[in-house]
Amino acid sequence: MLRFDEPWTLFLEILGGVPNTVSLALASLVLGFVLAVGLALMRLSPWKPVAWLAYAYVYFFRSTPLLVQIFLIYYGTGQFEGLRESWAWPFFREAYWCAMLALTLNTTAYTSEIIRGGLQAVPWGQVEAAKACGMNAILRLRRVIFPQAIRQALPGYGNEIVLMVKSTSLASTITLLEITLIARKDASSTYTLDALVIAAAIYLFINLLATRGVAWLEYRLSPELREARILKALPDPGLSHVH
Amino acid sequence: MKKTITTLAAIAALAVAGLAAEAAAEWKKGSPVRIATEGAYAPWNYTDSSGKLVGFELDLAVDLCKRMAVTCEVVQQAWEGIIPALQAGKYDAIMAGMSITEKRMKVITFSRSYAATPAVFVVKSDGPFAGLKAAVDAVTMDKIDGAEKDAIATVKKAFAGKTIGVQIATTHENFLNEFVAGDVTVKTYDTQENLDLDLQAGRVDAALAAMSYWKPLLEKDGGKGLKMVGPGFTGGPFGNGVGAGIRQEDQALADMFSKAINAAIADGTVSKLAVQHFGFDASAKN
Repeated sequence: MLRFDEPWTLFLEILGGVPNTVSLALASLVLGFVLAVGLALMRLSPWKPVAWLAYAYVYFFRSTPLLVQIFLIYYGTGQFEGLRESWAWPFFREAYWCAMLALTLNTTAYTSEIIRGGLQAVPWGQVEAAKACGMNAILRLRRVIFPQAIRQALPGYGNEIVLMVKSTSLASTITLLEITLIARKDASSTYTLDALVIAAAIYLFINLLATRGVAWLEYRLSPELREARILKALPDPGLSHVH
Repeated sequence: MKKTITTLAAIAALAVAGLAAEAAAEWKKGSPVRIATEGAYAPWNYTDSSGKLVGFELDLAVDLCKRMAVTCEVVQQAWEGIIPALQAGKYDAIMAGMSITEKRMKVITFSRSYAATPAVFVVKSDGPFAGLKAAVDAVTMDKIDGAEKDAIATVKKAFAGKTIGVQIATTHENFLNEFVAGDVTVKTYDTQENLDLDLQAGRVDAALAAMSYWKPLLEKDGGKGLKMVGPGFTGGPFGNGVGAGIRQEDQALADMFSKAINAAIADGTVSKLAVQHFGFDASAKN
């Protein structure tokens, strides 16, 4: 059922959805990351009510479907006359902002767990050593804990980036003209699947760039896991066969 | 998601039994006819509070299956994929308020029409478009005359720079894309029900759908504060009435449906069901 007689025009048409898809993913990832750092620190707070609050947030957003969250934020807000007449309506009126809000709230929950895992992977002895050196809490976070936590969390976060790019397609259900909705409109008016195939190819390419970017960052951030360049450059002393 | 309700047909039907059984044999011996509907387009087809599929087309399907002397099974299918899934053989017929258009005739076939209803714009009755009037009340898109051309221009001008909502993959979406897109922003929805929510919320300035959908809605709570404006549109991109969609290779089944629909129109069954569900006689004439 594929019709590839005019692939180029169709491709350009679907490409028109890329700015919406990419900006939605980028903005919610950036905003979500900042919020997630705060949330992860709250989650590890020694003050229990703060930790519980953070856990409740994570629990709620991880345990309800993103589609439901998007519907509630978009169609739900439209039901309240008070909200429709308030200053917040220009924001909630737009499918774009509603989608961004839902995606941000959602990724904040997942990312905070990834960061928490990274933070907790830093050996306690190092924190104690830093304390013994007289570092205060901020300095310990900045110089000892975060640099290692980020490295630990990066592979997991790479996953989250890919998931977010794909999650933007759910915004098609609230009329936002991003890659998926443009493709769906074409597919449903021609009863063919080419538009969806093209859309899938575009997502593949976006995520290829995203995963390559994360892989590069991982490489840059973990020199201690690589063979030192200086050793590689030296001639083999012939000891590698000795055990 | 696929709720299946089984509609039983009385197989031993008096005098017509002989003829009908013969027609059924033409179809596939003993195999039930699976009919797909959307279940989100009241009063054509929708789900009631108990989750049961009901509506004009559900009642009509029971009557037609009885006339065809076949067992029918009704399945629910999202609108957007309803034609591809028919082609993939997931079911044998579509009865989902689907208009018979040239575009769809390229990929599937239809029975004769069982209902016909113009497309109308709906706006908020306290909004700026509540007083929208055109030169004529009815625009036939097959052959547009001078006054009708003016009417289309009036509508286009009134909504310039505004947003009109429409359900995806409908004749109404095609019409908007062909005739007003560019001047007007067209916003597409998965279901008509979601579009109604946004019309009430003011996210769209107007919505375009079939009069048979609007009329009963406007009389209920969901349609409070809404009103129909402008002319009713028929023909052309809106097609020629609503019929049962069927795979092209199953022409025999399409003929069985057409024959049963003819009989149901002739004895007034379709009119009766239409008045019961729509509040006016939306049955196909001729």
